[in-house]
Amino acid sequence: MTTTVDKAAALALGDDALVLAQRLGEWAGHAPVLEEEVALANIALDLLGQARVLLSLAGDEDELAFLREEREFRNLQLVEQANGDFAHTIARQLYFSVYQQLLYGELAAGDGPFAPLAAKAVKETAYHRDHAEQWTLRLGDGTDESRRRVQAGLAALWKFTGEMFRPVEGLDLDAEAMAALEARWLAAVTAVVEKAGLTLPEGPRTGAWTAGAGRQGLHTEPFGRMLAEMQHLHRSHPGASW
Amino acid sequence: MVAMTQDAAAGQAPDPALVAAFDAAVAADERVEPRDWMPAEYRASLVRQMAQHAHSEIIGMQPEANWITRAPSLRRKAILMAKVQDEAGHGLYLYSAAETLGTSRDELLDKLHAGKQKYSSIFNYPTLTWADVGAIGWLVDGAAITNQVPLCRCSYGPYARAMVRICKEESFHQRQGYELLLALSQGTEAQHAMAQDAVDRWWWPSLMMFGPPDDESAHSAQSMAWRIKRHSNDELRQRFVDIAVPQAEALGLTLPDPDLKWNEERGHHDFGTIDWSEFWEVLKGNGPCNEQRIGQRRRAHEEGAWVRDAAAEYARKHGEAKA
Repeated sequence: MTTTVDKAAALALGDDALVLAQRLGEWAGHAPVLEEEVALANIALDLLGQARVLLSLAGDEDELAFLREEREFRNLQLVEQANGDFAHTIARQLYFSVYQQLLYGELAAGDGPFAPLAAKAVKETAYHRDHAEQWTLRLGDGTDESRRRVQAGLAALWKFTGEMFRPVEGLDLDAEAMAALEARWLAAVTAVVEKAGLTLPEGPRTGAWTAGAGRQGLHTEPFGRMLAEMQHLHRSHPGASW
Repeated sequence: MVAMTQDAAAGQAPDPALVAAFDAAVAADERVEPRDWMPAEYRASLVRQMAQHAHSEIIGMQPEANWITRAPSLRRKAILMAKVQDEAGHGLYLYSAAETLGTSRDELLDKLHAGKQKYSSIFNYPTLTWADVGAIGWLVDGAAITNQVPLCRCSYGPYARAMVRICKEESFHQRQGYELLLALSQGTEAQHAMAQDAVDRWWWPSLMMFGPPDDESAHSAQSMAWRIKRHSNDELRQRFVDIAVPQAEALGLTLPDPDLKWNEERGHHDFGTIDWSEFWEVLKGNGPCNEQRIGQRRRAHEEGAWVRDAAAEYARKHGEAKA
C-alpha cells in the first residue's frame, strides 16, 4: 500500500484531466445547442477541478500546467486528440469517461492516497459517463448522418484506447488489476455501442506509437499546438502573478 | 389580475374592462403573469426586449470564451469557464421566459441569425488582451447590472424572476472582473499597462450600453409607463459613472475622460460627451466584430443542425419529449 502520494501518478491523472478540460473548453461558444454549452462546460470544470487537486499534489499547479514542455506531460494521447465534430467529441468522452469512472471507482474503494480525491471524482465522472452514453444513443439511433458521424468518431479514436490500461506508475493497480479494468471497460462500451445500433470498431487498440506512449511523454502533433495556445500568455510574463 | 387565456382577436379593439384592469394592475405594481390578458403591444415589446437580452447573453459568450484556452492560471481558467457557462445558463432562462409569451427559442434564434433581432452592441468590440476579460467583468457587467437590477421589479413576472437570479450571478462576475483587474494593476509594469489599455478601450462603449440619450430613445417612454423599465437611460448612466469613478481610483487605474469630475452642486460626476456616431455605426453593423460574432453564431447553429436533428429523431422514435 502506498502511504504518500506518488507524484508520477498524480501527474498522469492530473494531466489527463487538465488536457481534456482544455479541449472541452474549446467548445465554448461553438456547441450545437445551448444545453450543450452548459453541459460541456460543466464537464470541463469538473475535470479542471480534478486537475488542480492532482497537480497540486505533484507540485505548483501553474508551474506544472504552464511551464512544462510537451515531452514532460504524462496524459493519455486519447485526451489530447482534437475535438473534431460533436460526434468525435462524444466518442472521446465515452471512451474516457467510462475509463475514468472505473479507475476512480477502484481508487476510491482502496485505501491509497488517492482514495479521497477519487471518492469525489467518481460522482462527477458518473455524470460525464451518463452524458456521453446518452449522446451515443441519440446519435447512433438518430439520423443516418448522426449514425455515420458517431461511428466514424468511435473508429478514429479506437487506436488510442489500449493505452488506458497500461499500469500507471505509482498507482496500486498492477497489470492484472488493469486487465480486469479493461475487461469491464470493454463490456461497458460494447453495451452502449450495441444499444445505439452501432458496431464496435475493429482493429488494434494500440499502434506502434500509442502503446503507453503518452504516459511516457510521447504525444501526437496536435498536442504541441494545444499547449502553445494554453501556455503562451503565462510564459510571456515570467514570474508574474495573475 | 384578470385571468384570460387569449388576446383579443386580431383587428378587434380589446375589451375596455380588460385594458382598465391591466393598466390598474401595472400601476399598482402587481405582476403580469403569462395567462393574464395583456395588450398586444406590451407582449411584443417584452418579446423584443427579452429576446435582445437572451441574444446578448449567448453572443456575449464569444468575447470571453476567446480567452478560456489562454487563461494565464488554472484558477483564472476555472473562473472564466464558469462565467461563460453562467451566460449560457442566463440565455436558457431568458429564452424560457420569452416562451411564456408564446415565442419559441428556435423562432428567436432564427431572427437573431437573420439579423432581425439585435443583441447588445458592446459585444461587437474585440477582447484583445487578457485584461479585457477583467474590463468586461468590471465595466460591462457593472453597466449591465445597473440596467438590470430595476428589471427584477419589472411588471412581467417571468422576466422579473429570471432577472433576480441573473443579477445575483452578474454581481459575482463583476467582483471577479474587478479582482482580476486589481491583480493586474498591482502586478508587473506590463500587467498594469495591459489593465489600463483595456479600461481605456472599454470605458466609452460601456457608457453607450445604457442606450441613446433620453430624448432620442425610441422605446423608453412606453416601457416606463408599462413598468418594464423604471429609470431613464441617462439616469442609469449617471448612476453607473458615480459608482465606477471611486472603483477606478481604488484599482489605481484612470478613466479616459478629461472632463470627468465631481460636481458638488449636482451631487454627481460630470463626464465628457459620448461619441454617439460610433454607437450608431456599431449598431448599424459597422463595429469591429459584428460580422465575426454573428458569423460564429450562425456557423455553430448550422454545424449543429445535424446534432439537433438526431436528438429530435431519437426522441420521436423513443417517444420522449424533444431533447
